[in-house]
Amino acid sequence: MTTLRHAALAVCTFAALTSASAFAADDALYRQFGENAGLTRIVDDLYTNVLADPRTAPYFENAPIRRIKTKLVEQLCVLLDGPCEYTGRPMKRTHEGQNIDRAAFDALVEDLQAAMDRNGVPFHAQNKLLARLAPMYRDVQDRE
Amino acid sequence: MPFVRISASLACTIACATATLAFSPGARADDAPALPDVPLTGGKLLLTGGVTQVEGAAGGGLAPWAVIGGYGTASQLGADVHGTYLHTQDYALGTWGLTVGVANRVELSLARQRFDTRDVGAQLGLGENYTFNQNIFGVKVRLFGDAVLDQDTWMPQVAAGIQFKHNEEGGVLKAIGASSNSGTDFYLSATKLLLAQSLLLNGTVRFTKANQFGLLGFGGDRSNAYHPEFESSVAYLVTKNIAIGGEYRMKPNNLSFAREQDAYDAFIAWAPNKHVSLTAAYVALGDIATVKNQRGPYVSLQVGF
Repeated sequence: MTTLRHAALAVCTFAALTSASAFAADDALYRQFGENAGLTRIVDDLYTNVLADPRTAPYFENAPIRRIKTKLVEQLCVLLDGPCEYTGRPMKRTHEGQNIDRAAFDALVEDLQAAMDRNGVPFHAQNKLLARLAPMYRDVQDRE
Repeated sequence: MPFVRISASLACTIACATATLAFSPGARADDAPALPDVPLTGGKLLLTGGVTQVEGAAGGGLAPWAVIGGYGTASQLGADVHGTYLHTQDYALGTWGLTVGVANRVELSLARQRFDTRDVGAQLGLGENYTFNQNIFGVKVRLFGDAVLDQDTWMPQVAAGIQFKHNEEGGVLKAIGASSNSGTDFYLSATKLLLAQSLLLNGTVRFTKANQFGLLGFGGDRSNAYHPEFESSVAYLVTKNIAIGGEYRMKPNNLSFAREQDAYDAFIAWAPNKHVSLTAAYVALGDIATVKNQRGPYVSLQVGF
């Protein structure tokens, strides 16, 4: 009986989840990030954080920051269903050989969260973007 | 003669806390620049590592999760201590312990539980404030999967664990009909963070003989065999620092003198940073040692270092 109730709860939760992910294909999320101007500010703040963060800064020595920022804004725009095209190179190519580990990957995520906080992106919108970025750890990190 | 049981348990979840003793290769902090906005702790997202469950494993309050305690990654160590207090109408349970996560692969935990029968102790013939003490050593190994990062698949993070439990009140436990005062639980947990929905789901199957988590011993006149029991947690991340949710945990029913029911809780967990989490919950444990319908508030503080 309690088990039954529990099963019912699980089914409802599952149904709510699937229906929640069903409507996504518009640019509402992109707008929550402030569109191109918002993304540009977020990426600027992200790089301020990343270059000041001892966990991530060493990876960006001599990196073409300006180009990276431009490509990253494009990439985030695409991930947010915005009207953009990503013209950069594949994630695997741009990161391989840099000996990036999980700690550094996670550190960058935290620096991105701080940048999104600073630019007023709602927490649940942030998580939607992070959910689309997270699987890239497979192409980005060289080791655990 | 009735007895007492335990109640234990708990609630809760999600938060996190812990810490990371940083063996981090990334932490070359020779010339520590002062940076606002930049947390200098180890990896993993805040609030996705759970808190400490009532038996010492990283998880919710009632159920262990597949996560490894602490915020450490493969090259780091994480550790935290916790203290928990649960107060029902007729009983009280205090728990404290230490949890260590090694390389995001293995978790070791020690917990000590003190179950106070308060006034009921006298009615049960044990004496007022008779107390059962139980020690638990836990080992958990992450088998595969990443609950947080594998957002493009339904594959959860899966871990297997063992909890060795020893109750110090062997004589009394024998007298109430428990088959043993020590027992070993085996469990398998699957945990998945649905990040886009800010929702964390956990399911655990535990093979156990424990009566009221072991606080009333292991096995009894009705059964002294291992039974699979299901446990689950659902947590919603309200903000970066706050999670709310609920849990459910089935329990065996081995002693004929004292029926045992399943446990539930509703919780809120707050993690202001990666070093501290505070969890408050309301827990329903069912009958405990013939005393009906025990429920009450639960609080747990966790500090990582």
